[in-house]
Amino acid sequence: MWTLARRKVVWAYIFLAIPIVFFAYIRIYPALFAFQMSLHDYNPLATEQPYVGLDNYEKLVNELNKRKSPTKAAFQNTANYLLLGVPIQLCLALMIALMLNEIRFMSTFYRIMFFLPFVTSTIAIAWVFRMLYQPRFGLINVMLQLVSLPQQPFLNSPKQALPSVLSLVIWQGMGFAVIIFLAGLKQIPRTYYEAAEVDGASRWHTFRFITLPLLNPTIVFLLVLQTISFLRMFAPVLAMTEQGRGGPLDSTTTVVLRVYREAFTSFDMGYASSLTVVLFAFILIITIIQLRVTARRVN
Amino acid sequence: MESITPSNLFRERSDSRAVGSRRGEWRYRAFSYLVLTICALTMVVPFIWMLSTSFKPEKEILRRNFFPNQATVDNYSEVITETDLPLWYKNSFIVAVFSTISVAFFDSLAGYVFAKYQFPGKRPIFIIFLTSLMVPTEMLIIPWFIMSSNPPIGGSWVDTYWGIAFPGVITASGIFLMRQFMQGVPDELLDAGRIDGVSEFGLYWRVAVPLSLPAIGALCIFNFLGNWNAFIWPLIATSKSEMFTLPVGIQLFSSEAQTPWNLIMTGASLSVVPLLIVVIIFQRYIIEGIALTGLKG
Repeated sequence: MWTLARRKVVWAYIFLAIPIVFFAYIRIYPALFAFQMSLHDYNPLATEQPYVGLDNYEKLVNELNKRKSPTKAAFQNTANYLLLGVPIQLCLALMIALMLNEIRFMSTFYRIMFFLPFVTSTIAIAWVFRMLYQPRFGLINVMLQLVSLPQQPFLNSPKQALPSVLSLVIWQGMGFAVIIFLAGLKQIPRTYYEAAEVDGASRWHTFRFITLPLLNPTIVFLLVLQTISFLRMFAPVLAMTEQGRGGPLDSTTTVVLRVYREAFTSFDMGYASSLTVVLFAFILIITIIQLRVTARRVN
Repeated sequence: MESITPSNLFRERSDSRAVGSRRGEWRYRAFSYLVLTICALTMVVPFIWMLSTSFKPEKEILRRNFFPNQATVDNYSEVITETDLPLWYKNSFIVAVFSTISVAFFDSLAGYVFAKYQFPGKRPIFIIFLTSLMVPTEMLIIPWFIMSSNPPIGGSWVDTYWGIAFPGVITASGIFLMRQFMQGVPDELLDAGRIDGVSEFGLYWRVAVPLSLPAIGALCIFNFLGNWNAFIWPLIATSKSEMFTLPVGIQLFSSEAQTPWNLIMTGASLSVVPLLIVVIIFQRYIIEGIALTGLKG
């Protein structure tokens, strides 16, 4: 006779059978496969995929050491997107969330406005922004002319293209951060604010010494999430640059765009895989830092 | 601290007037409304511009008027009849619905098992599931592409619905979310069911699922949106226009050298507007869901 406990164990495995097979075959195995590919000269069209050791990584290091190379540009741009984008996005979102948190009239309306971009297709909205940035007839240049400011090249200029693409990404992702911040703000007990008010604390002091420290877990969470999403930037650059090349002059290209180009245009899947391994390493480091930070808080 | 549940997350704070007594409060409030209005306008103007351009005849594109002088729906009939857009719609819909149903079932079932069963290997299996969250999709697309061209069962998965959908039919984040929720299902209820002879699957289906419907609902909405907007994998998993999903179709249609801007904006409007309407209708659940999955995840 089966005991209840044993029957439950059997059922647990039956229920988990398909998910286990799925994760093993669709998530774990391909991740290992990517590592393995990065050690081969992997061209899917060739008859052989010879083992080349760390050659792909050596190539990557060489590319990064060159004065100029698409790969180097991709890493530099990704760093720029991230280092500019994450702080700007989080500061704006926090400011908006603080304001939204204190108003009642039309607050739902504003909330909807802010998160609409977040749920729309990046590709569709990137094309809309691409048109907004056009010379002469693009809305932004039309408005600049209305107030007699000089016309700007935006996406056509190697200097302005990156901030232009970045603006779209910040614009689109901000609503998410606003909503997470709002949820975090609601978690802060009202009594702290009441006490601060009784003590006559200024608005700034209340923010600095109550809101900010108590919002810390939310900030860490968003910091990690947004950093990872900036590291993975791809679709906006593909949609907003000429032929999706990350131009002009590689000024907007990203690591994932390089992966896509190397793997599916040049069919150098070994090299592309080595790039994804580096990307994975970055995400792993960020996640470990997050776990450390969060764990320390709990202790 | 009170626990987070969908119902109390965004309940209006009844005591929010408590802070209203501060001096200069109305000035701060007026300033808030001003800033919020400017920001909200920045959020909607691109959408309005997109719609407005989609109703312009081609000769008006280079003019500087915001709204069309002679509004026309020709762009819409052209995009719908001349491109495969109706098919892209259908494909996106099928893929998103299929993945969402699968995720709702498997994620909640796995979440239930992790929350309510004790079995050897539980911790390592759960950790392996969670670790897979750290592997970015971008790392997997190349192996998936190779696997899809030469799968273990059947012919090539490229240009099939399964080929587009398979990476997302079970999600680790969903399992994690459902596990958190299923922990709230009372053990007494399950044991009472067992005494009454309810099968183990029956306990999941008739006790655990009905008790976690809000979480499953949030999971479904998110998953649907995520799949509807998914881009990089569908771009690689499809090669024929008839099999493109909406974002892939829009990208490739818009990138063609001759495509005029009014048609690009029409394509964009057609892909964005129906979703916006759905989102506005379900906004309450979606905002709650974002906060919920965000905080738990």
